[in-house]
Amino acid sequence: MLGYIIRRILAIIPVMLIVAIFVFLLLRLTPGDPAAIIAGDMATPEQLDRIREAMGLNDPLLTQFMTWIGQLLKGDLGVSLISGTEVTEMIGQRIFPTLNMALLTIVIAVLIAVPMGVIAAWRHRSWIDYAVMSFSVLGFSVPVFVIGYLFILVFSITLGWLPVQGYASPSEKGMLAFLDRAILPALTLATIYVALIARMTRASMLEVLGEDYIRTARAKGVRESKVLFRHALRNASVPILTVIGTGFALLISGVVVTESVFNIPGIGRLTVDAILARDYPVIQAMILITSGTYVVVNLLIDISYTIFDPRIRY
Amino acid sequence: MSFHSFRSRSTSSIRSLVAGALLATTAMATAGAAWAETTITAVMHSGLRVLDPVITTAHITRNHAYMIYDVLVAVDGDFKPQPQMADWTVSDDGLTYTFTLRDGLKFHDGAPVTMADAEASLKRWAKRDAGGQLIMDVTESLTATDDKTLVWKLTKPFGPLLDTIGKQSALPPFIMPARIAATPSDTAITEHIGSGPFKFVVDEFQPGVSVTYVKNEDYLPRSEPADNMAGGKVVNVDKVVWTTMPDVQTSMNALLAGEIDYIEALQVDLLPLLDGDPDVVYEKREPMGYQTIGRMNFKYPPFNDIKVRQAAQMALSQEAVLATLVGNPDYYEVCGAIFGCGTPLADATGSETLTSGGDIEGAKKLLAESSYDGTPLVLMAPTDVVTLAAQPVVAAQALRNAGFNVDMQPMDWQTLVTRRASQNPPAEGGWNLFFTNWLVPEISSPLVSPMLNGRGDKAWFGWPDDPVVEELKAAFVDAGSLEEQQAIAKKIQAHTLEQVLYIPLGQYINPQARRSNIVDMLPSPVPVFWNIKKEG
Repeated sequence: MLGYIIRRILAIIPVMLIVAIFVFLLLRLTPGDPAAIIAGDMATPEQLDRIREAMGLNDPLLTQFMTWIGQLLKGDLGVSLISGTEVTEMIGQRIFPTLNMALLTIVIAVLIAVPMGVIAAWRHRSWIDYAVMSFSVLGFSVPVFVIGYLFILVFSITLGWLPVQGYASPSEKGMLAFLDRAILPALTLATIYVALIARMTRASMLEVLGEDYIRTARAKGVRESKVLFRHALRNASVPILTVIGTGFALLISGVVVTESVFNIPGIGRLTVDAILARDYPVIQAMILITSGTYVVVNLLIDISYTIFDPRIRY
Repeated sequence: MSFHSFRSRSTSSIRSLVAGALLATTAMATAGAAWAETTITAVMHSGLRVLDPVITTAHITRNHAYMIYDVLVAVDGDFKPQPQMADWTVSDDGLTYTFTLRDGLKFHDGAPVTMADAEASLKRWAKRDAGGQLIMDVTESLTATDDKTLVWKLTKPFGPLLDTIGKQSALPPFIMPARIAATPSDTAITEHIGSGPFKFVVDEFQPGVSVTYVKNEDYLPRSEPADNMAGGKVVNVDKVVWTTMPDVQTSMNALLAGEIDYIEALQVDLLPLLDGDPDVVYEKREPMGYQTIGRMNFKYPPFNDIKVRQAAQMALSQEAVLATLVGNPDYYEVCGAIFGCGTPLADATGSETLTSGGDIEGAKKLLAESSYDGTPLVLMAPTDVVTLAAQPVVAAQALRNAGFNVDMQPMDWQTLVTRRASQNPPAEGGWNLFFTNWLVPEISSPLVSPMLNGRGDKAWFGWPDDPVVEELKAAFVDAGSLEEQQAIAKKIQAHTLEQVLYIPLGQYINPQARRSNIVDMLPSPVPVFWNIKKEG
């Protein structure tokens, strides 16, 4: 097991290197010029060229790549071409809103979706099952910004219960202030994940509930709740964990629409802004971090399989 | 960090969580009561990312600079230069300007402002600003003779010198400490210390997200009342926070809910959402707004032929463009003046077809007489900037109606700004036509308007080689009075539209919105936060 984990961690290095090369080359092949963003509309071609020179954008690609990789190996993600701020500092400012929102979203989604899926499977083809499935279709189909605006209209504008927008750090402003602002965006995002996880839970549970050992457990007189949550759910957990894990990774990569609708200064907006401004060091860092997150989350999911399903061994 | 804090709190007992939360909210409420009433939270037209007002012409950076820096000279509501940091005298021969610094001015780090700082700042600014470069062409010396005196000696009179250093846009010469102004003009400054009415809070700056300013308690405002960018900059609030909201619907909801105080620019079609709320006011603040324009590439066919340019101009209708772009006629104005309607140099000579709905038949006739061979025009159409999305679509249809073959290429604005710098032929990554918008003060004089540069490859994108416009501009500089300037401006207007140096497509205004307790905002083209009061 330990050997497996070490091998997987070591495998991250070539993956990240390949990602780094691709990101660097793709960005340089995309039309766009950060110097033009900095200089503004009135700059003459001469002035643009001087700014490009000062920023090192006129250097050969190989020189630029080697400089960047050299910095990266020292743990330095570079400096934003646009604002001159350290990329590490920019990401540090923006990662926690995203992480906190992702965590809250996934907790809400799991707390709602797993019981929903279990009950839907338990009462297969009953009205509960149909209601869960209908909700799933709705959750998938309605665009996230529509849900966000509806929540704002109802809970913020009409009822006045919650703020329209913004983010409050739980460590600086307290948990209540955080929840006050985070609950609407988290619920908005959770709608999709509830739909997804509930559907997956139902499907896995249906498969497991037809197994012989479930019939045996019931025949032995085991309580139904114990049959469902201890015997069936645990055996049905592998695909559910996969969905939860990839969902969490997706949330961490940034959810730019929700961040925009609720004005959350997360990394989704940071990435989009950086792309629009062709802020190469920020885009490169963000893609590396996103790729790294996926690799690590996948590793954690694989490890968690062994906890929930002891049959799995690496 | 916050993430860990969240996790650890979630594992603690419910009792301690509730107690902690109550304490936190109590502390927040107390803190809120202490400063909330004198904090203005504003949503500006874009996020602040570049902090150096010399390296960029971005409006948000200029607005930031007006918060933390001060200027020697500023223009009032009649566009007349007035003393701000300094008073001046001009020698009888018009060759020597002597500026005298007013007393008591300090930078935010406590150091006194001296004319050595002004000298360094003006020299750095002049390397980047078109007007500054023109003055430097006739400058014999620019020297701080002592802490309070700056002497600017010229080799020949430069009539609009005070207008140029007092201008409010692209680029105003802001005064910063000499050690910061020593940074090369092509490299961004890294320290942001001015002597203006607000101080920049470095620790709270998040590029593109939010920026915080606090009142500069040491600032000494002039005694005159504030007037446009001139007069006393009296600060009546403790703190101003600019926050960026990428979604305009969110910012409107936040304004309605009282979470923010001010939105700098709103889309006209969303205004009805604010109707009926007594706590919210929307209005036109900028007296003149923006001019929207089209610019052709003079280097390549077909627009290297004056008749083709004239045919294209004749096909266009300002009303059609503005109605599509803005919709509500209360917020746009058909205006044939290249220097903008409402400015001292405004004149509409030569704009008859533009302002009267276009002349498709006339355009067809001119095009038939021209060298146009049916080659597709590469029209660059940005799709991600709301205020630039309509013009290419309307123009493309009008040009097709006149007989042009139009290849409208959708792209994001960043691709456009890169591609417009390309001097390749249109079929090889170049272009023929694009549209953009200017704040009227940025095009209100031949000395500031970038489109009136006729120096070929050194000119603004499109690169017209037009010695006549350069001669007219030189004559404008030599003009002794406003009447003389207006006469020359009229010639430049006629020449510009005859040569189609660019196509003025009219003016529009982005309305602003504020909570009704925000009062005494100055009606200046630059949104400034002095003079403002927050009531209640």
